[in-house]
Amino acid sequence: MRNFRKILYVWLEERVPLQDIGHFFAKKRVPQHLHTLWYYLGGITLFLFCIQVVTGILLLLYYRPTAEGAFESVQFIMTQVRFGWLIRSIHSWCANLLILSAFVHMFSAFLMKAYRKPRELTWITGFFLLVLAMGFGFSGYLLPWNELAFFATRVGTDIAGVIPFAGKFLLTFLRGGDDVTGATLTRFFGFHVAVLPVLAMTFLALHLILIQIQGMSVPPSIEKSPKRKPDMPFFPNFVLRDIIGWLLALFLLTAMASLFPWELGRKADPFASAPVGIKPEWYFMFMFQTLKYIPSKILFLEGEVVGIFAFGLGAFLGLLIPFLDRRSARGEKSRLFTAIGIAVIAYIVVFTLLAVFVKAT
Amino acid sequence: MAAVLYPIIDYILPPKVPEAAQSRVVAAKKGDLAPNTGRVFKFGSKPGILILTPQGEFRAFSATCTHLACTVQYRPDLGQIWCACHNGHYDLTGRNIAGPPPRPLERYQVDLRGGDIVVSKG
Repeated sequence: MRNFRKILYVWLEERVPLQDIGHFFAKKRVPQHLHTLWYYLGGITLFLFCIQVVTGILLLLYYRPTAEGAFESVQFIMTQVRFGWLIRSIHSWCANLLILSAFVHMFSAFLMKAYRKPRELTWITGFFLLVLAMGFGFSGYLLPWNELAFFATRVGTDIAGVIPFAGKFLLTFLRGGDDVTGATLTRFFGFHVAVLPVLAMTFLALHLILIQIQGMSVPPSIEKSPKRKPDMPFFPNFVLRDIIGWLLALFLLTAMASLFPWELGRKADPFASAPVGIKPEWYFMFMFQTLKYIPSKILFLEGEVVGIFAFGLGAFLGLLIPFLDRRSARGEKSRLFTAIGIAVIAYIVVFTLLAVFVKAT
Repeated sequence: MAAVLYPIIDYILPPKVPEAAQSRVVAAKKGDLAPNTGRVFKFGSKPGILILTPQGEFRAFSATCTHLACTVQYRPDLGQIWCACHNGHYDLTGRNIAGPPPRPLERYQVDLRGGDIVVSKG
């Protein structure tokens, strides 16, 4: 066996620079300081994404992407396929944990000013990955073709339609027609299993390559500190700790999926009223709650348009943070941007809680 | 470049399905609704809502909320039409009275033909 491994290694080494790759990883080091714990979040997010790919492929083996068959095929997976309930529940729970992990990873990178020079592109690719993750969530949510998903998609695509100029095109493109129908389901399926994965893999590859080239960012205050601890080796020290994080995430995920299996709900009926208590997934709740407070008209504009524009502008500014925070770019303290970050986190948390706990009527 | 992109862009926009312009439909039969109740019915490919007021008058409206297109419902406890999605309220003339909806619901004409409740676009 050992002989075979050696032969294989030598064979590969003649064709691919394995030794150089090995040296690179052997030399890789990770800074150790007060905030090192936050470094694990990127890896956990990646791990959860891998689980989504695997469980997603498994679901693909039984799922039917048509209005006539989608709900029934998910019902079949949940009730007839052995461990189907577990695979589907893991996929649904993991989607939520993935987005939570991505948000926490992003905000920790933000507060540690990891976006400052030379890591602007890492921030930008990461931002796109978050948007793609929410796109995965939005498109995947419709696939069981249940009541909640049907109306959530109608509302979400209607919001897209509110955008000036491009709105009608975007709405028709997303829906595959004027309204949410089986055509929408087929289209969302295509986005979810083909278009978004290709985009996600591309941005993920860029994101990871940049991190390998540039190494881990250290918060400015610690970077300048004379009493820094020595860096830890990536392999095996950081990797082993990383694996603990992944196992904890896996444990949490399987516990949630087993104890709280994801519901199926009722099959979508385009001619039924929107059910009482309808609400989007938690990661859209803060926007949903904000829109409830906006009056129907602000000056001459519809309230919706103002709200969507504000969110769009906020996201655009978020994308450009590395170029807006001049002080961090110069390696100086940037209290204003720290305050902005904390305010945004507080807004998201408070409005999400309001949406969950405040009754509709 | 344009020769490659144009067919692709044209492809991704769905073909227009010519809709038979439905202008009139039998929404329900007399006796289907009790006073102070409502029900959603099909008006072509869109939902409509038929209400029998406490005073015994039939009224019909488009059931598509003018806010973000959720399907509304009748609330007997409020005597109003209500949208569950974002808490929009309409009165029994279809007027938007509370919440985010920016415009009233389109009102339809209701006629009684024998035992049929016929709804048509005004």
